[in-house]
Amino acid sequence: MKKAARGSLLGIEHLQRDEILGLLRAARRMNPQRPRPLLRRKRIILLFYEPSTRTRSSFEIAAKTLGGTAVLVQSSGSSIEKGESLLDTGYTLRAVGADAIVIRHPNAGAPHLLAANLDIPVINAGDGMHEHPSQALLDAYTILTHKKKFAGLKLAIIGDIYHSRVARSACHLLSKFGVAITLCGSPEFVPELAATIAHGVRVTRSLEDAIQGVDVIMLLRVQKERLAGKNIGLDDYITRYQMTPERLKLAKRDAIVMHPGPIIRGLELTGEVADCPQSVIVEEVASGVPVRMAILARAMGKV
Amino acid sequence: MSERGNSSLLIRGGHVIDPMSGINAPMDVLLADGVVVHIAPPKKIRGGADATFDARGLVVAPGFIDLHVHLREPGQSYKETIASGTAAAAAGGFTSVCCMPNTAPVVDSAEWVNWLQRPERGAVVNVFPIAAATVDSTGEQLTDFKGLKEAGAVAVTDDGKPILQDQIMRDALRMAAEQDLPVIQHAEDTRLTGHCSMNNGPTAFRLGLRGMPAAAEADIVERDVRLSADTGGRLHVAHVSTADALKAIRRGKRARTRVTSEVTPHHFTLIDESVGEYDSNHKMNPPLRSAADREAIVAALADGTVDAIASDHAPHAIHEKQMEFERAPFGITGLETALGLAITQLHAGRKIPLTRIVELFTAGPARVVELKGRGTLARGSFADLTIFDPKKQWRFEAAKSRSKSRNTPFDGWKLTGKVTAAIVGGRFAYRAD
Repeated sequence: MKKAARGSLLGIEHLQRDEILGLLRAARRMNPQRPRPLLRRKRIILLFYEPSTRTRSSFEIAAKTLGGTAVLVQSSGSSIEKGESLLDTGYTLRAVGADAIVIRHPNAGAPHLLAANLDIPVINAGDGMHEHPSQALLDAYTILTHKKKFAGLKLAIIGDIYHSRVARSACHLLSKFGVAITLCGSPEFVPELAATIAHGVRVTRSLEDAIQGVDVIMLLRVQKERLAGKNIGLDDYITRYQMTPERLKLAKRDAIVMHPGPIIRGLELTGEVADCPQSVIVEEVASGVPVRMAILARAMGKV
Repeated sequence: MSERGNSSLLIRGGHVIDPMSGINAPMDVLLADGVVVHIAPPKKIRGGADATFDARGLVVAPGFIDLHVHLREPGQSYKETIASGTAAAAAGGFTSVCCMPNTAPVVDSAEWVNWLQRPERGAVVNVFPIAAATVDSTGEQLTDFKGLKEAGAVAVTDDGKPILQDQIMRDALRMAAEQDLPVIQHAEDTRLTGHCSMNNGPTAFRLGLRGMPAAAEADIVERDVRLSADTGGRLHVAHVSTADALKAIRRGKRARTRVTSEVTPHHFTLIDESVGEYDSNHKMNPPLRSAADREAIVAALADGTVDAIASDHAPHAIHEKQMEFERAPFGITGLETALGLAITQLHAGRKIPLTRIVELFTAGPARVVELKGRGTLARGSFADLTIFDPKKQWRFEAAKSRSKSRNTPFDGWKLTGKVTAAIVGGRFAYRAD
């Protein structure tokens, strides 16, 4: 397979530390209120094969804020419904003049296939259970807003790690900067294999063990339908893994609570935790815009 | 199948390796009327021949037999035809191939078994059909084993799918035993492998792909070995890929159960990490396994747990493989790289003797499906020969493959050991330039 075009962002795993820091610094310089027209006359296609609120709208706002044109193509209502393959869809979008493609797809590796066959940058906006690099970058951005540096930090990720592209990208990114990462959940959601994802990652079944003295707690959405047929029921999950104000006290006093959304109040966390001063869940969403502005500017060679 | 040669051919100056006859020595071989008429030390064969072949520096072996090939006819001739698939087989040194019944429609009747063997199919090597074990390979109702055998089927299988139900597998082994046919099992407990596209392990986790556990193979093999012991039926385990399944086969063989097995070149060469960044030419079923499984496979090839190397040649069109990894079909081509990989990986790499490698391509598979007069160069046997240069280094180029498809992970690989000629029924089916 050919190499992806310069400016592509397929995942965090293969990025160098300085590339990540470069993106985070660029994001810090982006001002959504007073933007520079870095994407003038550029056409960014948002190719979404899955539903999305946060990622899609923030990429669209990021592109438009930088003076570019953002065009949304969704699987429903397009030729994809008629059976057009991913590559043919990519060739079509290239032919209509796309300068970059942002893709969200239910299959792991779909952005890689597109990137290997197109000469324009491809940005992964979430591929199956694999990676969600822009989310990891905005999470890192949010962490740095509160923690100043990564070195020495302790982080716990709680919930359905197995199905989570957010968790995989977060592990890759934070591991590169020496963050100690604990993954917590039942064996169905956190297999022992999960510890092999990156350096400095461990697995525990006990929530108390996971969050003792941590600086950052990252909660993941639990899809009810995925609990069906598992050894662990909904009540059991809540009893063992729900983030409550009492449990939050086990973490450092200044620990922050993160969640990529959408949150389900009363399941992976209580409403009190979602709305408490330590929660940065809404701030994460806001960080999405400057971070995605930086990603798009980099794609067009402007960073 | 080519016509019987009616002229004589003397293969002179080569080194004959014929494990079934216990020959590993310089020998000349005289072929006439489609059979081996004489095999003797150099220059001992008197009288002339219509033609001679200079085999100096080359190994002369019984024609290779591939137990596991998807020729894609009937119904999927855009992937491969019997003509193109057997041309690739000849170039890979295979003079006989056993073709799998998972075509469209499934080969589950004597009519289709006959159809596969007709001259108008254009086969250039011997084609031995393997018929479906159950109607439409749905695993529900056994096919007519007697009628299938009479039509020429050499085994039954639902390959591509396992026979899951205990009772159906038990009945298949029992009924097949009455016809003295082996039942070939694609050992996969599909209840454990839904939506999986590679081996379960760190690579699958990292790539966000659902992984097939090794137990999905071993569980079925253990059950089948038990059923084979109970019924006396012949069980052949296709493309074994895990250490635990090999253990079950080894135990079965020690207990004198009638179990045989094959492994593929890709499973003794590659591991799950080779998938890289979603290369669908590394996607096959069973999937590439762990390094420990590969070690166990090499050991089992050496110690006799495995009877044959089989390619599991599974051609697919480019547009089918150029898909999202999880949506791309399973399978890779393999006929033309099998010998080179065996010599490179097993002989040069792991010191398995050349005689054993030849056995895995000849006597071993011939015994599995009981091809009488093949897999040996004993006087009177069919004049099927594979002549190869065990030292020749070459580069495999998928673009030059005789197969209709290009889905191989070995494109551009440098290999040691190359086929010089394949002779079928006394005539050249392939001759290197």
